[in-house]
Formats: sequence, structure tokens, C-alpha cells
Amino acid sequence: MNLTNTKKEIEMADVEAGSSDAILEPPKPSAEARQVHAQAKRIDAEKLNIYYGDFLAVRDVTVSIQPNKVTALIGSSGCGKSTFLRSLNRMHELIDGAHVEGKVLLDGTDIYAPSMDPVLVRQQIGMVFQQPNPFPTMSIYENTAAGLRLNRKKMKKVEMDTIVEKSLRGAHLWEEVKDRLNKPASGLSGGQQQRLCIARATAIEPEVLLMDEPCSALDPIATLAIEDLINELKKRFTIVIVTHNMQQAARASDYTGFFNIEKSGDPGVLIEIDDTEKIFSNPSLKETEDYVSGRFG
Amino acid sequence: MNAGTLSTPEEPKAGKAHTRFGDRAFSGLATAAGLTILVVLAGVAIFLLSEAWPAITAPVADLPNGENLVKYIWPLVFGTLISSAIAIVIAVPMAVAVALFTSHLAPKAISMSVSYLVDLLAAIPSIIYGIWGIAVLGPASVPVTQWLADNLGFIPLFEGPASTTGRTMLVAGMVLALMILPIVSAVAREVFQQTPKGLQESALALGATRWEMIRMVVLPFGRSAVVAGSMLGLGRALGETMAVTIILSVSGIVTFNLISSENPSTIAANIALQFPESSGLDVNVLIATGLVLFAITLAVNMVARAIISRREASGER
Repeated sequence: MNLTNTKKEIEMADVEAGSSDAILEPPKPSAEARQVHAQAKRIDAEKLNIYYGDFLAVRDVTVSIQPNKVTALIGSSGCGKSTFLRSLNRMHELIDGAHVEGKVLLDGTDIYAPSMDPVLVRQQIGMVFQQPNPFPTMSIYENTAAGLRLNRKKMKKVEMDTIVEKSLRGAHLWEEVKDRLNKPASGLSGGQQQRLCIARATAIEPEVLLMDEPCSALDPIATLAIEDLINELKKRFTIVIVTHNMQQAARASDYTGFFNIEKSGDPGVLIEIDDTEKIFSNPSLKETEDYVSGRFG
Repeated sequence: MNAGTLSTPEEPKAGKAHTRFGDRAFSGLATAAGLTILVVLAGVAIFLLSEAWPAITAPVADLPNGENLVKYIWPLVFGTLISSAIAIVIAVPMAVAVALFTSHLAPKAISMSVSYLVDLLAAIPSIIYGIWGIAVLGPASVPVTQWLADNLGFIPLFEGPASTTGRTMLVAGMVLALMILPIVSAVAREVFQQTPKGLQESALALGATRWEMIRMVVLPFGRSAVVAGSMLGLGRALGETMAVTIILSVSGIVTFNLISSENPSTIAANIALQFPESSGLDVNVLIATGLVLFAITLAVNMVARAIISRREASGER
């Protein structure tokens, strides 16, 4: 699979370097953003190699993910973007033989330090998956409160009610479900279920929210609803989203990273990350340009 | 062969839809098999009823020992239920634990060999369990039951006096538990393994520990399987004959005292012991006890089905 470089110049003609925001300067940390929203944290990956057994799936990723911003990861299937995402909250290691080398720092603390409990890491770095998967035996209320029950067991009913409502409101779901909180979550539509999963993930107030193709099982309307939501969630959380949908990356993210793979069997590499606008208009690398303009493969 | 004709595409015919021979043959066979089950079940029920009828209608004086039939059957029913209850109480938690261990906790290599070994337990003939129970487990239980009688004697279950041979209801129940463990655990394991990965990962991503994840996702998902497996096990425990026949020292009394040497027998064991020496109305009486056993197992199965289907209806899955 070679990346073609034909007709690149023609595409380049449209490009205007629309530099709007002065503070958006990845991959350096944005001090201002951190001051405004103290609770969200930044993630720095340092020389991260990710393995499945002996197989090196992702090689040498060094990147800073900015707090209170949406960072989208794009790339073709099998290029390691989901694998990378799952290594950010230690979900990757749940697969037999899977492990990483290198560091992932959450506001400077290495989440892979030997003394670090993966359970605590995951409480701080939540995740939303591709398939909407509320717990089928639980009600809408119980689903939203599931993480709370785990982490803070002695919570008063009133307090829990408040958080459940806040989380459901935050996920733009409250109005649709407030009259049937005790009904099974399986009665909701796919888009509602996915928003419920977002409410569930945000109820425990993580610092970071990882989203693994959260819209790929949803219809366009539900997808837009989630994208709106993402835009609002970044006020409270640092968001990393993996997506196959480039319009989505262009619409919903502040920064975009492009994972590439030389050929099948090679490790995936994060070859470029920059302002989303720049990635989609004037990327530095030819491979990125080819991919985002649809001239890939 | 006529492969050539088979591979020729057939012309679609107008009018009636064409059903292929294979389809018809298969559906006929399947229907026949289904019907056979019903016929056999009905046959057994009819046999039991008709053979038990003389005993049910006979005057009390004609019955063995001149006893009322209900009075005769009740201790047996009691013995059957209590031995099975002990078995279930011991076996189900163990089976769930074993199933969780093999499906979610143990490394792959260990989990494979453990599940293989557990399945192997099911292959041991029940007579072997009986011999083992009376030769090994019984004697080994004596100090324990003695201690129970001395220290927990105020609980009716352990009232004592403790048996000196170990041929007690408790030991019978424990052996039954071992016998049904593989069934319950195999059913539970199969379903635990099918817990959707996404649900498990969601729970873990919320910061659940492995145990919390199991409680939150795996157990609710496998609950109906545990119930179903337990009912299968209970069915086997209720009807189990040889092991109980060998182990229990029977005196025909009704007691909750699990550790004494005076025990009620069970229906199946009683039939096995009495049948060879019975004739005439005695046989009908034994068959009447069999009818009761049949009714009990049928009821157990129906309750299990009801539980499972209600769970499925309320929780979707």
C-alpha cells in the first residue's frame, strides 16, 4: 500500500493557513487552558512502545495531549490508534501478553509506575467504547451510578441523585429519560445508550475521557448529538477520540494526530500531530496529506 | 454419483413454492424426535400412575406394616429433599467459584486443566462416589461432626449424638454435592465465558477491580445459567441412588439432625434397597414413591424454567 503523491499541488492551492488561535500551539502544554479548568489533566506519552506479546503494534509515540482540548486520532484500520488509546488508561494490558514500554504521564505522574494501581488510573481516565454498552441488567439510574457505587460506596441517596442528574444533563440525556430512570437501559435507542455510557463515564469525574470510535455504531443525527456533547465536555475533561470519520475529526477536535503504518505487519507510528485545521488544510507530511484528502492507498 | 444433476440450477416453478427433499426430511426427523420425547414422558407418567394406583387405593391394613401411605412416603420425601438441599447449598457456591476461577481468574493454561479435571468428576460412576463416601469421607467426618455436636449442638441441624461411623445425612449430602458440582460449574462456566467483552471492559474502565467487575457484569449475565445449572444438578441429586444407598444408615425417621446415625432414607435409595425383595402390593407402594419423585423433579424443573424466563423477560438476556 503505497501512498500516492500525485496531484498534491492542486489540493495545496486551496489551502489558507488559517491560524486563528494564538494559544493553540501543540504539542506544547497550554498553561492558560490548565488554569481555567484546573480539574482536567494533560497526558504525555514518552517513547511509548506497545506490544501484543512479541509483536510491536505501536512504535515510539511521544506526544503531549492538551488538557481541556479534544485530540482526535485518525489513521487507517490496524494502524494502532485504538491500541494507543487503550494504553492511556491501562486497558491494553488486559489482553493476554499485552504490555507497553515507555511512560505515560498524567500531569507528570507515570501511570505505568510499578506502584500505580491500574484501578485508580482508570478512575481518573475514563473510557467510552465503540458499541454503546450500558449494563443490560441495570436501570438507567443504576447505569449512571455504577461507577459511583464502585468508587465512593458510602454516598447518600440525595447526593447520588444529584450526581446522576448532573451527569445525565451533562450528556444531554436528562430530558429524554427523567421519567423512566428506573427502566432498563436496554430500552433506549443506540444514540441514547451511547450518551448514557458517556454519562456513566463522566459521573465519576475523571480527568480525561478516552473515546474509541464512539459514533461508528450510530446514525448521523445521533452522531451530531454526540459531537455537540464532546464540544461541551471539553470544558470539564481532556478528551481523546479515535475516529474513522475524518469529517468528525475536523468538526469536533482541536488537535488531530495521524497514525500511519508502512506496510502490514509493521508497527503503527504517530507521524504527525498538529492543529486540526492545519492537519486538514496544510499538513507537514505527504502521507498525512494523502490520507486526509482521500488519496490513500 | 449424480453430482451433475444436483449442481444444475433448477428452474423456478410458478405457483407453489418448491420445498427440497432435504428440508422436508430434516424437519420430519426433528419433529419425530421431539414427539418421541413427549411420548416417552407421557408413557412414564402413565406407567407410574397406573402401577401406583393399587397402592393409593388399597385399604391401610393391606399396606406394608399396616401404615398409611402418606406416612410411609413422607420420611422418604423428607430425606430426598434434605439430602438434595445440602448438596445444593454446598455445591452451588463452590461451582460458581470454580466457574469464575476458570473463566476469569486463572491463567489460560491452568484454567484449561482445571476445567478438564472438574469435567472429569462427572465421569466418575456414582457407585465409586458411594464407596469413597463410606470408606474415606465418612470416617474423616467423624471428628468434625463430633465437634459440631459438642459445640454447636444447640442448632437442631447438629443436635447429635454424632454418628461414629460417619454414615450420616451430612456426608451423603456432601457426596451428592461433589457429584453435581461438575454439571453446575460447567453450565455456569460456559455462560460466564460468553459475558460480552464490551461490558467487562466498561466496568473495568469505570475503575472496577476484577472482583467488582465480576459482580457487576459477569454474575448478573450468568445468573440464569447458574439457576439452570443448579436445577440440573438438583435433578440429579434428587434422583441419585447408589451413592446414597451405600452411605446412609437408614432408620426411617424424620429429623433435621444431619449428623446422627438415624436418618431418613431417600426415595431412590429406598426403591433400590426394597425392590428386589418386594412383591404384590409392596411393589405398587414403591412405584407410588417413584411417582412422587417424578412429580418433585418435574416441579423443580418447571420452577427453574419459570425463574429463567422471568429473568430473561425483565433483564433482556
